[in-house]
Amino acid sequence: MNIRENIKTLIIEKPLKLDCGRTISKFPLAYETYGKLNKNKDNAILVFHALTGDQFVTGVNPITKKDGWWSYAVGPKKSIDTDKYFVICANVIGGCMGSFGPSHENPETKKIYGTDFPVITINDMVNAQVNLLDFFNIKKLFSVVGGSMGGMQVLQFVSNFPDKAKTAVPIACTSSHSAQNIAFNELGRQAITADHNWMDGKYNSKSTLPDKGLAVARMAAHITYLSKKGLQEKFGRNLQERDDLKFGFDADFQIESYLRYQGSVFVDRFDANSYLYITRAMDYFDLVKQFDGNLSNAFKKTKTKFFIISFTSDWLYPTQENKEIVIALNAIGANVGFVEIDSDKGHDSFLLEVPDFLNALKNFLDKSYIESNDES
Amino acid sequence: MMKAEYNFIANIIEKNSTVLDVGCDDGTLMEFLKKNKNVNIRGIEISKEKVQICIAKGLTVIEGNAEFDLKQFPKNSFDYVVLGQTLQAFINPEIVIKELLRVGKKAIVTIPNFGNWKVRLDLLFKGTMPITSSLPHEWYNTPNIHMCTIKDFVKFSETMNFKIVKSLALINKNISNISKSNIFLKNLLGELGIFLIEK
Repeated sequence: MNIRENIKTLIIEKPLKLDCGRTISKFPLAYETYGKLNKNKDNAILVFHALTGDQFVTGVNPITKKDGWWSYAVGPKKSIDTDKYFVICANVIGGCMGSFGPSHENPETKKIYGTDFPVITINDMVNAQVNLLDFFNIKKLFSVVGGSMGGMQVLQFVSNFPDKAKTAVPIACTSSHSAQNIAFNELGRQAITADHNWMDGKYNSKSTLPDKGLAVARMAAHITYLSKKGLQEKFGRNLQERDDLKFGFDADFQIESYLRYQGSVFVDRFDANSYLYITRAMDYFDLVKQFDGNLSNAFKKTKTKFFIISFTSDWLYPTQENKEIVIALNAIGANVGFVEIDSDKGHDSFLLEVPDFLNALKNFLDKSYIESNDES
Repeated sequence: MMKAEYNFIANIIEKNSTVLDVGCDDGTLMEFLKKNKNVNIRGIEISKEKVQICIAKGLTVIEGNAEFDLKQFPKNSFDYVVLGQTLQAFINPEIVIKELLRVGKKAIVTIPNFGNWKVRLDLLFKGTMPITSSLPHEWYNTPNIHMCTIKDFVKFSETMNFKIVKSLALINKNISNISKSNIFLKNLLGELGIFLIEK
């Protein structure tokens, strides 16, 4: 995928040493912004996207022509009010929406990187994105916000740059990817690499793509984003455009048809190798280990005000894992609020219309913004 | 809801101190203390709805249960820990008191006084579990499973080996000191006991 129109790109000149040991420089970081940066430059919010997200947070995504992934939460008068705040979001490195990723051409070989692309980490992602602050001449962000992998980036960002964000909102995330999380990601990666069109990652974007493998990866992952109750209520055993079972392997059930649809639309917008790289980055994420087994030490140097949000039906990043972050912060007297939102919508709750969540997010940000202005 | 005792709690707390409000409800006391005492205050509250209200007020609150979630705070994290009229609602008040005094250098505990004459008369004449304005529930739906009197709490301090630095009784919106000589009367007239305690 080449850099397309409608994608704003910043070329990061400064060399970035990755956790894997390799150094990258002069690499593209694709980003989008919403709202206006005020005179004092104190109203900026850096939003981090999740595994399959991109920089197009809200409005119509110019590439997919669909609503941005966080349209419920971000926009004028919404939780992250773009009338008030300047929202920045970048495509993570390793991604496939314009930022440096495995679908880019290696200038040395003139071939697409594929699996020659360096393995990146959550730490590398935030170290790349912090360059946006210099670019916009922002000394301190008002907030860093993100759900799922976006939440992991929030934690890593505050840990790496303790004085660069006044507030931080990690949502439905974890400080360390669990065995179950890794297991589901491995399932997705195996589905991709088992597709013969994957060809050791050297597939040519113009011909055959490992769409089947990527679709299966998406289908499996999609199940983990929903709750059993939510699925049962939405689909139950309802049949898909038929009155009875067909005694075959077509999609008899609505849930089958739904998953197949989710898989098929996903492959149109996502690169299989990016899926491998980004899931790997999530699996490698272990902020506890980075700080020798004591998560509190990750936040010792920061005065950032935290607000942590989890969801009752999220079994991928359950409340207990979110609470461990709260506990680590309280252990060092950090300023931390926490709420678990009642929702049947599973891990995906943070992306959906869940009024209690959207209100909590809005209230926290708006009140903190007033407070921070009073102090300065 | 602004309660009568908040003024007296505020009087006990020194300016610019750090406070944890355990069972902070809708954050009314937190706001009051923030405004009047310039304290650095945190809250812990079990009800999601109440936590939401607190967040909407810009207060730092964590959703949690004092019986299990005070553990995460190190020793002496706060100058004061406040427990307003909820000690009687815990399954294990002994653990809660111990935790309050571990997490806070001092604790302020208020209790609805079950020794109040109205309560006593209710049981004596009606022969049914007392229902008063401060104890409005039926026996089968009350959250107050460990009711005690002012006298009980004083005795509790001896058994549990903590010091009562200050003890006050709230009677008709007036506050008065409780002493050894007047405890019989305060225990009969007091609607609420307010105690400043330490290890």
